[in-house]
Amino acid sequence: MTPDTRTLISPAALARPRGKALYWTVFTAVVVLFALAFLFPVYWMVTGALKSPDEVARTPPTLLPEHWRPGGYTDAWELMELPRHLGNTLVQAAGAWAFQLVFCTAAAYSLAKLRPAFGKVVLGGVLATLMVPAQALVVPKYLTVADLPLIHTSLLNDPLAVWLPAVANAFNLYLLKRFFDQLPRDVLEAAEIDGAGKLRVLWSVVLPMSRPVLGVVSIFALVAVWQDFLWPLMVFSDTGEQPVSVALVQLSQNVQLTVLIAAMVIASIPMVALFLVFQRHIIAGIGAGSTKG
Amino acid sequence: MTKTAERRPVAHPPVRPLPAPAPAGRRRRRLADQARAHGFLLGGLLCFALFSWYPAIRAVVISFQRYTPGSPPEWAGTANFTRVLDDPEFADAWRNTLTFTLLALLIGFAVPFVLALVLNELRHARSFFRVVVYLPVMIPPVVSALLWKWFYDPGAGLANEALRLLHLPTSHWTNGTDTALVSLVLVATWANMGGTVLIYLAALQSIPGELYEAAELDGASLLQRVRHVTIPQTRFAILMLMLLQVIATMQVFTEPFVITGGGPENSTVTVLYLIYKYAFLYNDFGGACALSVMLLVLLGAFSALYLRLTRTEGDT
Repeated sequence: MTPDTRTLISPAALARPRGKALYWTVFTAVVVLFALAFLFPVYWMVTGALKSPDEVARTPPTLLPEHWRPGGYTDAWELMELPRHLGNTLVQAAGAWAFQLVFCTAAAYSLAKLRPAFGKVVLGGVLATLMVPAQALVVPKYLTVADLPLIHTSLLNDPLAVWLPAVANAFNLYLLKRFFDQLPRDVLEAAEIDGAGKLRVLWSVVLPMSRPVLGVVSIFALVAVWQDFLWPLMVFSDTGEQPVSVALVQLSQNVQLTVLIAAMVIASIPMVALFLVFQRHIIAGIGAGSTKG
Repeated sequence: MTKTAERRPVAHPPVRPLPAPAPAGRRRRRLADQARAHGFLLGGLLCFALFSWYPAIRAVVISFQRYTPGSPPEWAGTANFTRVLDDPEFADAWRNTLTFTLLALLIGFAVPFVLALVLNELRHARSFFRVVVYLPVMIPPVVSALLWKWFYDPGAGLANEALRLLHLPTSHWTNGTDTALVSLVLVATWANMGGTVLIYLAALQSIPGELYEAAELDGASLLQRVRHVTIPQTRFAILMLMLLQVIATMQVFTEPFVITGGGPENSTVTVLYLIYKYAFLYNDFGGACALSVMLLVLLGAFSALYLRLTRTEGDT
């Protein structure tokens, strides 16, 4: 129980017998609603994959599988080449995360503490991209990736096609810059007087002090790549390079329903697990980011 | 001068006496500082230039060109725009996108608000509710789309099964031209509601309790308290989320692509889907960019409004 803060309904009204009865009715209703709306679909997916192909197609449906067949999961793992596609997603997400951390952190550090000439212009240009909805630009971005200016190389079917554009993330860069702005200048200067170079200051002073913001940026970066669909659909035409999201859709027509459902469950596990482990931070981050008004 | 006079006795670590730099040396050092500052900036800057700034300019340029990869582009004047405008799918795509956005605002907005309002009153199991409501957000969008495609299945789908259980007439869901778009809005709402609810909850928690107390003393009923205290106090969050949702839903792609393929009879083709079709089915990048520019201008205006609002509210 949280300490009593006054909300819409007064604690006194809740303490009355009628208020208590009403409260528990509403509470039960919400629990049932949440279970039905948000947990049941997940349950349906996990158990659906354990049913036999006829049982999944049967009406009325069965609540519990008649025979528990883990075969759906093993088939999905092999038939849909999930290890390969999950591996591709992992490589894409990990690379995007690493590139973003290195380049965005360096750029944010420079903008916040090193006073580069034209720093304001650069920051303005970065923030301006927040106004441009990302999806509306996918086609020209695709053409750029397909034929990089000056060097005329194609990044199609290469993880770099995900890694490099991920760096151009104005939101994360701004988040980092805002955090670095707050770091006391004295501490950084003290380190410099002790003979540390700029890189050393970043590595041994700034980064250790920035754990919270680095955590937030890391989660955002990983989730964004894992959940993306349109961009990998465009740039990975080679089946062997496709992440799991694209592969699921491409293969969904040609496999048995139970196998597809099993694959869907497996594809969801990493992000759901990440969420369950870091839920406190993720939820706090969402709340904190929004209520500055 | 006074500063140096004060400092001299205490500071100056014996290891590294600061050399009094000659003016030329200072300039050189300033240049070195600048070089270092820009060195740190370089990687990020290059990526922004290549994948944000350049494509934005390029979208505008290509929208006036006849462009197929492999052959040199030719200027085409406004031919791309007229061709796209003449396409019968153009009107469908915009109508569907706007309807989708409107429905998403009606359904995907009222429901989370009421839900957050109720959740905020509950005294037990708060973290459980917060985790459960956010769970669908963490399921990859492709998986939620496929999951709902299965629910909507006319044969063994759970959606009609549930209606039958309640003795309600069954629906065509994604197979009817009149119901397909609404069905997609339901998917999107289910999948994204968690974020909205959490933001509302945070906004609700920042309302000072005295306001409710005062209103109650003045004899305000429950609904009056919602109307005169809750809504004005969360006005900023509401407005912000509304704009963000408009911007997000105007770019809807995954649900129509995965669930309906734009059908039946183009009833779920969206603008972004049409852009995708122009580029990857018709190989008409000029047309795709013309459409992108239109979407860009419209959404850019919304984003500008959003930034303006955040700035003014942030200052106060």
